[in-house]
Amino acid sequence: MSEAPSMPMTLEVAQSIKPAKVRVKKRGRVTLWLAVGWLSFITFMTVFAPAIGLNNPKKRVAVVGKALRPFGKFFLGTNLAGQDMWARAVYGARVSLIVGFVTIALGLFVGGSLGLIAGFYRKRVEGAIMSTMDVLLAFPALILGILITTFLKPAGPVSYPTALRNVIIALSILSIAPFARIVRASTLVYAEREFVLAARALGANNRRIIVREILPNLIPQMISFAFTGTAIAIVAEGSLAFLGLSVPIDKAPSWGAMIAIGRKDIERIPHVVLVPAAFLFLTILSFNLIGDVIASRNQVREGGL
Amino acid sequence: MSIIGGTHGELTGPLLEVEGIKTQFKTARGLVRAVDGVSLKLQRGQTLGIVGESGCGKSILSKSIMGLLPKRNVVREGTVTFEGNVISGLGPNKMRNIWGRQISMIFQDPMTSLNPVVKIGRQITESLQHHLDMSKSDARETAVALLASVGIPEPARRVDEYPHQLSGGMRQRIVIAIALACGPKLLMADEPTTALDVTVQAQILDLLQAQQRDRNMSMILVTHDLGVVAGRTDEIAVMYAGRIVERAPTSTLFAHMRHPYTEALLKSIPKVHEPSHTRLEAIGGRPPDLVNPPSGCRFAPRCAYADAKCVSDDPPLRLGDQPGHQFACWHPVGVPVSISNRVGV
Repeated sequence: MSEAPSMPMTLEVAQSIKPAKVRVKKRGRVTLWLAVGWLSFITFMTVFAPAIGLNNPKKRVAVVGKALRPFGKFFLGTNLAGQDMWARAVYGARVSLIVGFVTIALGLFVGGSLGLIAGFYRKRVEGAIMSTMDVLLAFPALILGILITTFLKPAGPVSYPTALRNVIIALSILSIAPFARIVRASTLVYAEREFVLAARALGANNRRIIVREILPNLIPQMISFAFTGTAIAIVAEGSLAFLGLSVPIDKAPSWGAMIAIGRKDIERIPHVVLVPAAFLFLTILSFNLIGDVIASRNQVREGGL
Repeated sequence: MSIIGGTHGELTGPLLEVEGIKTQFKTARGLVRAVDGVSLKLQRGQTLGIVGESGCGKSILSKSIMGLLPKRNVVREGTVTFEGNVISGLGPNKMRNIWGRQISMIFQDPMTSLNPVVKIGRQITESLQHHLDMSKSDARETAVALLASVGIPEPARRVDEYPHQLSGGMRQRIVIAIALACGPKLLMADEPTTALDVTVQAQILDLLQAQQRDRNMSMILVTHDLGVVAGRTDEIAVMYAGRIVERAPTSTLFAHMRHPYTEALLKSIPKVHEPSHTRLEAIGGRPPDLVNPPSGCRFAPRCAYADAKCVSDDPPLRLGDQPGHQFACWHPVGVPVSISNRVGV
């Protein structure tokens, strides 16, 4: 006791005591930024593709019938038609990203609104909405997608905007039901919270309660689902394209269609399939990763309250 | 157009009159008689305390007066008259003109009654813009002024913060500011301090009292703690099992309490002048099952003075000898045995 050096607790002493450094490991930090980086890169390329001197993806730039290997004269080689694979992959992102974003925006808006209404008003409104959603969910998704696109497909040759529109309509319809269910489930939780009752006791009407009280609580969760949903929509577009039900490949290349075309020669010239497949894979992985990280951050925040 | 519009001549009558309110919930076990015939009167600028233990129907009573209970599986009876107009049975569309502007409510837990993802300023300006048609900037200024008036330091900075950035006491101040925003004539405070620390409780109660006086507002203070209402109310109603068992002006109640339940409630509170380690007297047993309430006096099974009459006959609310004093008991405490015919004890 007495041998302990007596150190008066002055301000300097207090400031010299440094708290032990605790290294808090942030989960998935690097992968998150890789994902964000990849998506930014793809989005940038997609938007500015014509401006940064990419080859025309539909133009023949090399010899026909002999697919050039990647990392030669062309960064990702060429296909049998002598088209630049790098340019095609980048342009292919256009279809995927447009379909992914627009589909999810539409699906989230329609499905989210239905879910909010069902979860808030309950009773017959909820019954009507949710049983319709159950009917939609009862169909196998891909079959329903094929059904709608086939139904919408005009008899003659399809133009790029029409084909794009049809795919978006089909996938939007598919995405309504899952979003409606998720949003309804969360609405049920928040509609019972005391702040909703408090808002009502202050004279807020139903519309204001939904828009101002409940919706802000759902937004973080919706963003996370939107990312995951976009990934699913892109995969679904790829599947439809693979089946020739998306944008025709002679109008605009899309990853799914490129895989479909190239699969015949996968043993001889694998890069024709692997390049679009890799782009598709990385993009979906990125969307999923970001969606997961947003979801886990939200959990922490809710718990901290 | 407010539905309160045509009542200019009613300024002399009581602000709130509650007559024979019954609220029953349909459940699988049967009808739960949560509130079973409660009548109250509240004058302008007065404060009424409603006291009782958990599950005696205090909160349901205040929600019934507000008309905030869901319609489904709820049976309602009785009338609520506010400023001379019957407001019980009005639909939510009409009640919206009253909620917030005429009658406002503070809930128990400030952690849950504030929206966690909406900025504090927005939560206040919301009803200002909606009810009083204020412009956005006016509403914001009013919000800052309101926050200052409820004792929030740095109100101009706080309007841009979220509820989780504040302590429990500060949050309850904000809840009060929101409730007072549109200048209600009646404030219902449902256990406003139950979720708070004891030291903060007194501050919040003082704040409520100050605001009530400044605004000449009426207030109903619902609590399970007789200590909370003691110095801060004009009148106290003690509730038990969905009924009012004793009602009196505050000073009368403490000086001349007649109902054994009121007495038991008071005995369960620690007193400053008693030596430390004095055993508190708990009230044995639990409140009765409100599906099958006991016939006779509902407090009889837990009452030290109960006899055969208490078990068989329901005591009516009768007048005491002090003005404004009412109680429902066959054997009131503090009354000589010869008068009350108390048997035994």
